[in-house]
Amino acid sequence: MPAEPVLEVKGLMSSYGATPILTGVDLSIGEGEIVALVGRNGVGKSTTMRCLIGLLRASGGTIHYRGQDVTRMSADERARLGIGYIPQGRDVFPRMTVEENLQVGELIGGGRQRSRMDLVFQYFPILKERRKQVAGTMSGGQQQQLAIGRVLVGGPALILLDEPSEGVQPSIVQLICRVLRSIRDDLNTTILFVEQNLDTILSLAERGYVMEKGRVVARLEPRDVSQEGVRRHLLL
Amino acid sequence: MMGNLFSYFYQFADVFSFLVLSAAGLAIIFGMMGVINMAHGEFIMCGVYVTAATFHAGLPLPLAQACGTLVAALIGMVLEVVLIRPLYNRPLDSLLVTWGLSLVATQGTLVLVGSTFPGIGTPGGGFEVGGYGFSVYRMVLFAASLLVLAFVYLLFMRTRFGVHARAVMQNAGMAQALGVRRSQVYALSFGIGAGLAGLCGALYAPTMSLIPTMGASFIVEAFVTVVVGGSSVLLGTAPAAAALAIVRTGLNAWYGQIIGQIGLLIAVILIIRVLPDGFSGWLAKRES
Ligand SMILES: Nc1ncnc2c1ncn2[C@@H]1O[C@H](COP(=O)(O)OP(=O)(O)O)[C@@H](O)[C@H]1O
Ligand SMILES: [Mg+2]
Repeated sequence: MPAEPVLEVKGLMSSYGATPILTGVDLSIGEGEIVALVGRNGVGKSTTMRCLIGLLRASGGTIHYRGQDVTRMSADERARLGIGYIPQGRDVFPRMTVEENLQVGELIGGGRQRSRMDLVFQYFPILKERRKQVAGTMSGGQQQQLAIGRVLVGGPALILLDEPSEGVQPSIVQLICRVLRSIRDDLNTTILFVEQNLDTILSLAERGYVMEKGRVVARLEPRDVSQEGVRRHLLL
Repeated sequence: MMGNLFSYFYQFADVFSFLVLSAAGLAIIFGMMGVINMAHGEFIMCGVYVTAATFHAGLPLPLAQACGTLVAALIGMVLEVVLIRPLYNRPLDSLLVTWGLSLVATQGTLVLVGSTFPGIGTPGGGFEVGGYGFSVYRMVLFAASLLVLAFVYLLFMRTRFGVHARAVMQNAGMAQALGVRRSQVYALSFGIGAGLAGLCGALYAPTMSLIPTMGASFIVEAFVTVVVGGSSVLLGTAPAAAALAIVRTGLNAWYGQIIGQIGLLIAVILIIRVLPDGFSGWLAKRES
C-alpha cells in the first residue's frame, strides 16, 4: 500500500466575488516529492496556492493535508499544522527587521519545536549578515531568501512556493534551488511550487501538473520534465 | 530664577503626561486595528470609578489603581470579542458602535451610581523649588507617562507578542498564513488599549471630582494627540505630546489658559496641514 499523500486536492473550486476562477483542481503529492505547478499567466496558479494555505475560501472540493480535511480551516491553523506558504511577490514584513520576519515563521508547525534560525542562516548567509536590516530596504533576491527562510525556521512538512524566480537574479535562483533540494534531501520536506521559468522548473521539479483556465489538465511525469516536455505543455 | 525655570518644566511635564496618558490607549487601538474608539473616555471613566470604589473599600491607592486598570482592560477584551470583532472591515460601523457604547456607559453610570461619587484626596503633598510650591503627585504622573511610553516600546519592540502584532499591522493576511492568530492579537491589543485608558483614569482619579461625564475632559486632548501623532504610539504619540505640550505651556505662561487651549487647537490644524499623516507618517517616510 502506498503511503498516504501529504497533500490531496480534489475538485477544488474558488472565485473572486462572483467570478469563478478555479473550476476543478486535482493534485496528489506524496511525502518528500518536489512537484511543479505550471501554466500560462492568469490560469489560476496563485489562486490555487492561496486556497491551499487558506487565504481564499474554497467554494467546492476538498483539501486533505496528511489525511486531515483542512478545507474549512483558517490559514493560521493550517500554518500551525506545518504548511509553509511563500506568496508570489514574497510579502516580507517591510518595516520589520530580517530577524523579526524570521521570528514570525516560528509558529509554523505549532511553535513548540526548536527554532531553525541557525540552519536558515547557514543556508542563506546574507540573512545572518543583515539580520538587523529592515526587510523593505532589501533587494528582490534577498527578500526571496528571507521569505523562504521565514517558513523554514518553523520546520514545515509542506512548502507552497509561488514563483520563486520572479524578479530574482539567476545566481540567487540557483542558490534557492540548491537550498530547497537539500531541505528535501535532509528533512524529507514536501514542496509544491509554481514556476514560469523553464530553467528553474527543470532544475527543481521531479514531476508536475499543468493548469489551464482554472483546472488541472495534465500531469508532467518525470520523463516529461525536459525542455521539450515542458515546452510542449506550456507553449502549444 | 531656579524656581522660574523649574516652573516651566513642571508645567510642560504636567501637560505632556496628560497628553501621553490620555492618548496612549486610543493610539494603540487606532494604530493596530484602525478602530476609532469613541468610548475611549468611558474606559478612562471606568478606571476612575473602579479606582475610587476599591480605594473607599479599603485598598491602598496603588492597588486600587491597579484594579481600575485591570477592570478596564478586561471589559475592553470582552467588548472586542462581542461587539468590535465583527466590524473590522467597517470602520464607520465600529465608530458608531463605540459611540453608542460611550452613551450607554455614561448614562448607565448616572443611573447606577448617581451624578456624583466621593473622590480621593491627592496624595503626596507638595515640595518647593526657589520659593515656588509644586505637587509631588504631578511628578509621579510625569514619571508614569514615561513608564507607559517605555512599556509600549518594550511590548511592541522586544516581545514575541509585539513581533506578531506588528506583523498583523503590516500585512494581516501574510501574518495569518504564517500561523499568527489575528483575532487573539486584536483582542489583546484592544485589551491593552482599554487598560491604558483605565490606567489614565486610575492615575488621575485622585486629582478630579467624579462625575459620569468626566471621560469628556480627556477626550479632546486624547484625540488631538493621536491626530497629530498619527497611527504609531512610538513614533507619533510621544513627539506629538511633546510638541503640543511646548505650545500649550508657552501660551499658558504668556497669555493665560484660554489662549493656551485655543493655541493648542490652532497648532494642531497647522501641523496637520504640513504633516497630513501626523508625526509617525512623516518619520516613517523620512526613514525609507
Ligand atoms: N484579487 C483578485 N480579484 C479578482 N480577480 C483576480 C484577483 N487575483 C487574480 N484574479 C484573476 O484570477 C485569475 C487567476 O489569477 P492568478 O491565480 O493570479 O493566475 P496565475 O498565478 O496563474 O498567473 C486571473 O484572471 C486574474 O485576473
Ligand atoms: Mg501567479
